[in-house]
Amino acid sequence: MRRTILVLATSLAAAAVLIITGHAAQSTATPQQQPPAVSLTITGEPGALPRYAVPDFIALSSDAETVEAAKTIGQALWDDLNFEREFDMIPRDTYASIPAARSLASLPFDRWRELGADGLVVGTVERQGDSLRVEVRLFGVKAQQSAFGREYVAPASNSRLFAHTIADEIFQTQLALRGVARTKIAFVSDRDGERLTGTVETRTVKEIYICDYDGANQRRVTVNRSLNINPTWSPDGRSLAYTSYRRGAPDIFISMIYQGTIENPLHSKGEENFLPVWSPDGTKIAFQSNRDGNPEVYVMNRDGSGIRRLTNHPASDGTPTWSPSGTQVAFTSDRSGSPQIYVVGADGLSLRQITRESYCDRPTWSPAPYNEIAYSARTGPGFDIKVLDLATGERRQLTFGEGSNESPAYAANGRHIAFSSTRAGKRHLYTIERTGKDLRQLTKAGNNQTPDWSK
Amino acid sequence: MRSRWGLPGMVVIVAFVALTVGACHKKVPPVARPVQPPPPTTFASPTKPPAPPEPISEPVVVPPAPIAEDRVSTASLDEINKNSPLKPVFFNYDTAEISSEGQKILDGNAEVLKKNSPWIVTIEGHCDERGTAEYNLALGERRAVSARTYLVSLGILADRIRTVSYGKEFPFDPGHSEAAWGKNRRDHFVVTQK
Repeated sequence: MRRTILVLATSLAAAAVLIITGHAAQSTATPQQQPPAVSLTITGEPGALPRYAVPDFIALSSDAETVEAAKTIGQALWDDLNFEREFDMIPRDTYASIPAARSLASLPFDRWRELGADGLVVGTVERQGDSLRVEVRLFGVKAQQSAFGREYVAPASNSRLFAHTIADEIFQTQLALRGVARTKIAFVSDRDGERLTGTVETRTVKEIYICDYDGANQRRVTVNRSLNINPTWSPDGRSLAYTSYRRGAPDIFISMIYQGTIENPLHSKGEENFLPVWSPDGTKIAFQSNRDGNPEVYVMNRDGSGIRRLTNHPASDGTPTWSPSGTQVAFTSDRSGSPQIYVVGADGLSLRQITRESYCDRPTWSPAPYNEIAYSARTGPGFDIKVLDLATGERRQLTFGEGSNESPAYAANGRHIAFSSTRAGKRHLYTIERTGKDLRQLTKAGNNQTPDWSK
Repeated sequence: MRSRWGLPGMVVIVAFVALTVGACHKKVPPVARPVQPPPPTTFASPTKPPAPPEPISEPVVVPPAPIAEDRVSTASLDEINKNSPLKPVFFNYDTAEISSEGQKILDGNAEVLKKNSPWIVTIEGHCDERGTAEYNLALGERRAVSARTYLVSLGILADRIRTVSYGKEFPFDPGHSEAAWGKNRRDHFVVTQK
């Protein structure tokens, strides 16, 4: 009897412990279950931008490449998040007093709070064969809650791509803003100094190059040792159309840069075809040609069929750019006596002049939601970049006589403009915000011109 | 008001009583004492159970095969072009109009072309650096075309003359002075076939 009671009591006690444990587990589990779709929006102090800190990522593998990648990703991500100037990025050299975390589970939130951080981006990097596995979290420091968490795997060779991908996702999830960290810029450079063949004059070839939005990873994509100018990205970012003199007369070529193939849709018989620009849907290309005797603007299908003349004037018409919807084309004409910018419907109707200055060229229509055209305008001995708001007619100037500034090109989100400038002696590429702030130099080698920013 | 811990607490008490009855004089085991639930964790872990890592990649640029150089009989043409009997025509700023001086030069070039009737020439239109890269393509084109038009008016067959605009891409003088600009605003003649 006594023994039976003991067994019963023991079982009861065990059951009681189980229930307690189970209950306790359940009660602590509840606050962990965050709504899966709704993410935390990190805010700053009233009237201030949210302050973000991005320390080096944590290397979970000890090989040199992983350790290096952990540093590179942290720095590149800080730069990427700084680019849109929607976050107040806390300088990385002020993080020294905060002990480096060893894992994402033990973060000294109080210390980051003391530093004034509202958002904290932390991540780990782990080697997996030839790839890296990166785990990243964005935490709201005050709430100590995760606002964003993701894992990525990619080849170890381009660790900056992790940072660019994370940055664009944070912009999207936190601000519903399209980031441009994964976009690229195409441009023309003579940096390799190769001599042009087939001419007795000493001329240096110019080839098409591409780089990341921040100037990293500059590389050459044409190798025809001729003159190649006016590159423009197809909307899918996989092809570049440009003007090449490789067959003598300037003609339009399309390089599928990730396949290594080239198309020559017009096959010039001696007429000159310049300045291709893709329609926003990628099916058509507007260009400048003298096929009817003098420079006019034409539109063709991507394969060279269906050529349509858009302008008709004995003066020069050229340098076209499409409106974001593809229903209008802006171009340069000197029909008034000097080069000025005009807009015409894609049907060739409703022509109107939109600039009346001393000399304007290279109109570049912004993407939505902005409705403006950037252009180069003569302001003195050289040119400056100006922007015309098409709704209000207001003009603003982004550069002010530092060298000569030409060939503006919008970033896909409309918030930045790339252009070339001689302000540092040779011609180099720069980016600037559409407001005129935050000038950054992208190129250092050779002369560089006519940038185009991928969509 | 019934606490959330009432039920398990009661069970514990029942168990405790049973134990006490069964094990008479034993002390209360600490494990069975009702305990406070642990405080909630200090931060929530990721919103979802970890999804499989997202593969990210960027295509690799494949350079096209370099094109073979077309050097058919260019060596002997180079000899002609090094000391060309066809003289360049210079232009005033931002104009494609042939000056009277330019006309005299073209008259001379027309004579050379008449004497060398198999020759086919390319007129290169060039501009100084003061215009934009884009507009200068149109200006250089018109400079080349105006010379061709003049030569045709002198009886040279139009299909012997090709035109190419180089805009401001290949200045003859890399300087930034009026002297350099004056040299760079020109039609340059190249014999491309003989």
